[in-house]
Amino acid sequence: MATRIYVPCDTTALSLGADEVARRIEQAAGDRGLSIRLVRNGSRGLCWLEPLVEVDTGRGRIAYGPVAPEDLPELLDAGLLDGQPGHSKCLGNIEEHPYLKRQQRLTFARIGLTDPLSLDDYRAHGGFEGLERAAGMTPQAIVDQVRESGLRGRGGAAFPTGIKWQTVLNQPGDQQKYIVCNADEGDSGSFADRLVMECDPYLLIEGMVIAGLAVGADQGYIYLREEYPVAHRILNQAIARAEAEDYLGADLRGTGQSFHLEVRLAAGAYICGEETSLLESLEGKRGLVRAKPPLPAIHGLFGQPTVVNNVLSLATVPFILARGASTYANVGMGKSRGTLPIQLAGNIRRGGLIELGFGITLREILEDFGGGTYSGRPMKAVQVGGPLMAYLPDSQWDTPMDYEAFAQIGAGIGHGGVVAFDDTVDMGEQARFAMEFCTVESCGKCTPCRIGSVRGVEVIDRIRAGEHPEANLALLEDLCETMVDGSLCAMGGMTPFPVQSVMKHFPGDLKG
Amino acid sequence: MATPTQHPLPRAGAEGDWSEDAIRQQVNALRHKPGALLPILHAIQDRVGYIPDGAVAIIADALQQSRAEIHGVISFYHHFRTRPAGAHVLQICRAEACQSMGCRTLEAHIQQRLGVDFHQTTPDREFTLEPVYCLGNCACAPSIRVDDTIHGRMTTEKFDRLAEQLTTSTLEVK
Ligand SMILES: Cc1cc2nc3c(=O)[nH]c(=O)nc-3n(C[C@H](O)[C@H](O)[C@H](O)COP(=O)(O)O)c2cc1C
Ligand code: SF4
Ligand code: FES
Repeated sequence: MATRIYVPCDTTALSLGADEVARRIEQAAGDRGLSIRLVRNGSRGLCWLEPLVEVDTGRGRIAYGPVAPEDLPELLDAGLLDGQPGHSKCLGNIEEHPYLKRQQRLTFARIGLTDPLSLDDYRAHGGFEGLERAAGMTPQAIVDQVRESGLRGRGGAAFPTGIKWQTVLNQPGDQQKYIVCNADEGDSGSFADRLVMECDPYLLIEGMVIAGLAVGADQGYIYLREEYPVAHRILNQAIARAEAEDYLGADLRGTGQSFHLEVRLAAGAYICGEETSLLESLEGKRGLVRAKPPLPAIHGLFGQPTVVNNVLSLATVPFILARGASTYANVGMGKSRGTLPIQLAGNIRRGGLIELGFGITLREILEDFGGGTYSGRPMKAVQVGGPLMAYLPDSQWDTPMDYEAFAQIGAGIGHGGVVAFDDTVDMGEQARFAMEFCTVESCGKCTPCRIGSVRGVEVIDRIRAGEHPEANLALLEDLCETMVDGSLCAMGGMTPFPVQSVMKHFPGDLKG
Repeated sequence: MATPTQHPLPRAGAEGDWSEDAIRQQVNALRHKPGALLPILHAIQDRVGYIPDGAVAIIADALQQSRAEIHGVISFYHHFRTRPAGAHVLQICRAEACQSMGCRTLEAHIQQRLGVDFHQTTPDREFTLEPVYCLGNCACAPSIRVDDTIHGRMTTEKFDRLAEQLTTSTLEVK
């Protein structure tokens, strides 16, 4: 029988030469007259080991990584094609790798194991069990499961998903309703949404179909950032195949219910990740934020009741339906139930995706998983949750990953992205960047954000140039307060958070 | 060194890359979609390389909106351009994870080597340089994107080799 060899096809593996690695492996096998079956699987999320090549042997899947194309001649000589150990790049049975083994993968359980586009693989690994359960339940019973699971939106605001669905379900049933998946993933350091879409696209599709059954919506849109060309291609193929087997379309697997799904490409505006701006964009307009109320759940896309959920929130739903709300809710701490997909990035030795129950401390993540900085220098600051969130100094790294614990130190978890910086970072420069980013990405609707961020850059420049630093620092503080209090949405309302954290924890850097 | 062109003129023959009829066809194929404007703009830019001025009136007419409204949408989004780009669009990620891995140095190197600033096209029309804020490749930073290919763990040396490859391969095609 042909040996199965896996070479991942997600953006990160591709960005480090995975296509060339795959090509050379096939060629080498051909040259040696060996019969192999090359599978382009998703990524296990051990990004620092990409491209991670796996060989299926009787002893499990033996991995090698990182495998650059130029490493192959040597690896092939060392017996890669039959999974021989011994080479320094051989990692042994990948399932036993401590980075993977310590995780609690519920949502990401299948990711990296399978060919993302194979429906057979998906079904063989428990796919569509959640949908099957949901198809036999009343809409209210589905919503109850999601509510009881304690799932809170993973896109940033941590709003309870069950309550959002209930609001949409409660709207009169004769109206058109929509499920909109927020796949704009704009935060630096975040790539969990991308991994779901590239490595397990049917999981997102299944979650959206269940959402449709739950609230009575028969049309879904995935609003995908333009910066993800690989995810775009894979999603479109997955939708076509799901349609061909009636997991999408006019009569879902003979249930008489229908759900149509379409990917809509964004066009490079960070603010379009904000849900109301996203809806404007989907309607074909400038992405200007709408004032709330009315909530999108009542008056959303084209004025109709709409569920807007992040990719991870929707991708968690199949597990909840398949295994029961309490199985999910039993993991986690406090009011943060279930697992958090954490993305470890930046100046870190072992960057990647880690799924764990809420409650692990940031330091454990940085040290046990991350293994310190990539540069080997001391770590100085960590930004959790994207460009609108605080920079955390060493003294705050013992905070557990929990929405409430982070709020208590004036920080946030956001979408779970963790970005590490070593001691060469100039925190004054980072504070300036936060304001600059807001000048580039503000939707322009309200003054504190549109003008405030421009003034913010100017004031920081004056402080760094040594012009009346004390007076200008007082001005910056005042400006930050105005933005926090006076902005219509979190773009202007949170841009001051990284700036204020630098003023508080790294004041020396700011004065240059 | 020649001065970079901020608003380069269309390449020779670029006018022939599109015609009002072709654009009308594209618009008609998509106008029935709810919220059709973004898909239409993407389709035109994918095909022509930018949104030509002449397309605006056609779109406005088909969607029964004013030309100002269409212009307003085009100018809101960073992705849409109204002038032709170089043979390759090169985006450098400037967001935090890439910053932590030295993207500012990389950015300075690339600008110096190509002789252009962001939003400009090289005099030989090979590269248009754009900033981007995150490509989702943050664990293997710094990252750049060339057309639809993302490259991770970018260094100044790796970039020079890549630029070399890209320019020679384009020459071969011509
Ligand atoms: C400036 C800004 C950018 C945002 N970007 C995203 C994003 O890229 N992806 C996302 O899911 N949510 C983003 N959000 C949060 C959304 O507004 C919204 O809360 C979320 O999509 C709701 O889904 P959830 O409840 O499943 O998290 C952003 C919010 C703001 C204020
Ligand atoms: S805070 Fe900024 S992004 Fe939000 S509505 Fe106001 S101008 Fe727009
Ligand atoms: S920050 Fe550069 S790829 Fe995400």
